[in-house]
Amino acid sequence: MNFAVLVNEGPYQHEAADSAYLFCRAAIEAGHRISRVFFYHDGVNNANRLSEPPQDDRNIVARWSKLAEAHGVDLVVCVAAGLRRGIKDELLPPGFRISGLGQLIEAGIEADRLVTFGD
Amino acid sequence: MLHIINKSPFDRPTLDTVLRVAQGGAALLIEDAVVAATRGCIAANKVVELAKKMPVYVLGPDLEARGLADRVIEGVQVVGYDGFVNLVAEHRNCQSWL
Amino acid sequence: MAKKFMFVNRKAPYGSIYALEALEVVLITAAFEQEVSLAFLDDGVYQLKKGMMPKGIEMKNFGPSYRALPDYDIDKFYVERESMEARGLTPEDLLVEVEVLSAQELGQLMEAQDVILSF
Repeated sequence: MNFAVLVNEGPYQHEAADSAYLFCRAAIEAGHRISRVFFYHDGVNNANRLSEPPQDDRNIVARWSKLAEAHGVDLVVCVAAGLRRGIKDELLPPGFRISGLGQLIEAGIEADRLVTFGD
Repeated sequence: MLHIINKSPFDRPTLDTVLRVAQGGAALLIEDAVVAATRGCIAANKVVELAKKMPVYVLGPDLEARGLADRVIEGVQVVGYDGFVNLVAEHRNCQSWL
Repeated sequence: MAKKFMFVNRKAPYGSIYALEALEVVLITAAFEQEVSLAFLDDGVYQLKKGMMPKGIEMKNFGPSYRALPDYDIDKFYVERESMEARGLTPEDLLVEVEVLSAQELGQLMEAQDVILSF
């Protein structure tokens, strides 16, 4: 099955980014495809390559990049929400790209399921 | 429909809203919502009510994280992330009650 | 074939950005020729209150954007009766023409959707 995921909260502050990632990983392990993860609202802060958590903590940003690299997951950051919060091309970690809200709707149209994580 | 609930019943009225509005399918408690499905929690009766309308699942890793894994009330089923994925796949649509 | 998209709004306006950014998604969805509806329950019904004047808090008034949605063929606004009444509001207090539904009716409508986006 083809899943799309929407992440509405930033990393660390709220569990949403963790839940979303663990869901994606479990879906891929079960043989499903995650076609796209769309980052909206404060979720755009998942795409900040300057994020540097303590060594004994999980690295949420790097985890997304690895997921994209290993499984071809399309990580899309909303341009309007990103601009509001200062998330621009030069801040993007590997595997992320910036695009419009149309990519969220398109994901909803094309995927079998759209699962939202937020506050 | 799979109804995904992530709020503690002490924080927001999400569980009440789902009880009122949701018409079927299944419910999954994740994140802070898992506290509602534990023995002695005064909101557990709401989970019992919900379980009369639809099967109720609770995410094990979120229970364990909070030290609540041994307190799950009867009538709800603990699942892992694999179970979460299966529940999404099994229902034709899902809604996160944010 | 067009999918049924429902936007579920359960948060009050201005106290957080969810209402405003949800509206931005709704406007984009209009371009995709899908079947779009909006549901307002819990504090979400406050998003439709007439007479918003956020000038004093220096925020953008998005009331007019709701009024513009019918111009984009988005005119299905559902309000859950209990949420509305619990807040002392009536349909006359709301800035667009709404259909007031019981919790059960709204729940059934949700069941019939393909994609539910909640903000």
